[in-house]
Amino acid sequence: MSDSNPSMDEITCPIPLTQSSIITMAHGGGGKLTRQLIDQIFVPAFGNSQLETNHDSSVIDVGFKKLAYTTDSYVVCPLIFPGGDIGSLAINGTVNDLAMSGAKPLYLTAGFILEEGLPIETLFKIVQSMKKAAAEAEVKIVTGDTKVVDKGKGDGIYINTSGVGAIDHTLEIHPMSVKPGDAILVSGDLGRHGMAIMAARENLGFESPITSDCAALSGMVNELIKAGINLHCLRDLTRGGLATALVEISETANLSITIDDSKLPVDEAVKGACEILGLDPLYVANEGRLVAFVPKEDANQALTIMKSHIHGQNANIIGNVEEKSAKRVILKNALGSSRILDLLSGEQLPRIC
Amino acid sequence: MKFVDEYRNSQVAEKYKIAIADTITQPWTVMEVCGGQTHSIVKYGIQELLPDSLTLLHGPGCPVCVTPLEQIDKAIAIAGLEKVIFCSFGDMLRVPGSETNLLTVKAKGGDVRIVYSPMDAIEIAQSCPDKQVVFFAIGFETTAPANAMAIRQTKLNKLRNLSFLISQVIVPPAIQSILESPNNKVDGFLAAGHVCTIMGYEEYEPIVKKYQIPIVVTGFEPMDILQGIYMCVRQLESGKVEVENQYSRSVKKEGNRTAKNIIQEVFEIVPRKWRGVGEIPASGLGLRKEYVDFDAENRFCLNIKFEEKPSPCISGLILQGIKKPRECPEFAISCTPENPLGATMVSSEGACAAYYRYQLTPK
Repeated sequence: MSDSNPSMDEITCPIPLTQSSIITMAHGGGGKLTRQLIDQIFVPAFGNSQLETNHDSSVIDVGFKKLAYTTDSYVVCPLIFPGGDIGSLAINGTVNDLAMSGAKPLYLTAGFILEEGLPIETLFKIVQSMKKAAAEAEVKIVTGDTKVVDKGKGDGIYINTSGVGAIDHTLEIHPMSVKPGDAILVSGDLGRHGMAIMAARENLGFESPITSDCAALSGMVNELIKAGINLHCLRDLTRGGLATALVEISETANLSITIDDSKLPVDEAVKGACEILGLDPLYVANEGRLVAFVPKEDANQALTIMKSHIHGQNANIIGNVEEKSAKRVILKNALGSSRILDLLSGEQLPRIC
Repeated sequence: MKFVDEYRNSQVAEKYKIAIADTITQPWTVMEVCGGQTHSIVKYGIQELLPDSLTLLHGPGCPVCVTPLEQIDKAIAIAGLEKVIFCSFGDMLRVPGSETNLLTVKAKGGDVRIVYSPMDAIEIAQSCPDKQVVFFAIGFETTAPANAMAIRQTKLNKLRNLSFLISQVIVPPAIQSILESPNNKVDGFLAAGHVCTIMGYEEYEPIVKKYQIPIVVTGFEPMDILQGIYMCVRQLESGKVEVENQYSRSVKKEGNRTAKNIIQEVFEIVPRKWRGVGEIPASGLGLRKEYVDFDAENRFCLNIKFEEKPSPCISGLILQGIKKPRECPEFAISCTPENPLGATMVSSEGACAAYYRYQLTPK
């Protein structure tokens, strides 16, 4: 966090409370209140030459050959949680999706669906958080939209962001590029975002607070590419956690993956919370972690680069790719036996005892 | 993680693996009666560490799996009512009733909430005085003290909008029922460590005497289970039969008196149905007459016509240790966690779900 940025609590919303302190249907009506939201909240936060044209679409200069393009929608409860909020999530999530193609994220769009009755102060804080996350990821928000839905028909705020990024390398970063013998790295500890959200939402009252790992990974990916690491595949770990990402990659690549339980970084507090609730951290979400497939000879250098990065200090080499007839993800456990990791059926539900 | 990693140590596991192999001279069948143990056995591949002559059977130890269909149907009926907030532990939500499950009730607009403790239901009832809050009180002796405490608090606080749908069961009658069965294959039991933490193990001594079968009170970590199996095999090979306590770091012979007292105060022994097994006499807990006002079945006057439909599911045989999940022709074919035919495929403690998830072992 930069020193020049005031903390979220110090920032107050510029819209005078005498007008309206909450979102009303009129804020989505396209009239004066909509204008006010745009002029007083969105443009000051995201302001840039494209956004200020105030047009139906933004024109951006494409000076490169290949574009990465992605979109994602963000719904989370609570809206603000330890380590982030729906705003930082909406920026980092889309930035990370772009980065997983090795793209340098450039421009984002932001669509807001606001629920009538949302305090404008909350919206303001979330937008400020988006501003900060966008600055850290070096992306511009160039166009956006706001709609308001009736009270009870939303969850405060839903945000959709889409983004484009420039691809300035010749690597084919894709599950199909994964090869037998590849080393598999994770960029940090597993399951922290999911447990932070669960602890906050369910008011679980853990003694040591768990903070989300929500962060942009584009900087780390850029450093890996710059150093000449032959990245075969990248995947950010979101819903379904590491296990789901590995199963999907193994299926697409048609190869077998073996990982070692003892090499998986999991924060002690997350491990403890998972033990108590009967959850498996391998399936719990992250929002600032990636798994990378690189040739064995590049693995140590890639690990050093990850570890030197602020969001990669707990990175580790966790396994490797094997050419086996069955496309399976196998976890070797501490006792020397092994088991297959598969996709979950629905969400993980806490166990009774 | 301290107090966990010590019990998942590969060198110690190797020691027990060798000790068990060195001790065993003939085939034995050991049953664990705790879903947590089943989960650990399959998750850590403990079977792989055991000699072929030792068979592990997974008994009726998963609280979700043994909750009878009628109770699930009652839960579903109550949860679908207007102005009801239905609170349950998470893994009950996917368990199929006769027609549907609680997750579907929720999706259709029922107010079904996952809670982590029965005390959460008290808080919800206090904050929603215009709603009727119902807590699904299920489980073995492990959940009984907290559920009893919540029921007592509800009475003390004169909370008129909270009631409990009770489906509490107790372990010893289930063990006896298995031993009485003409199909019984079990030579020794691993008793559930947490059940015994509450209840102690005095009540297992008459069972050991009557049926001449070893029972080892066992914990849940891989080392606990391996040591429990070793102790059980040692008894079997020496011809000794007694209750041994592997989980001595948690279990005392007399159990937890405070917890037992609160169970005694609120509950009485009643006959209960076990899903797939049928009614076992004196195998459940029901509310004492002083607390019947808080029984959801009375409060909602449910008039459910229950009819057990024929099903290819053999979970009853699995819960009794007569069959293993892989012996079911529907396993992983028409019965999967996405489309479970029975409760043992639902909860992570259920033998079928555990086999499905962990024991598609790589060859």
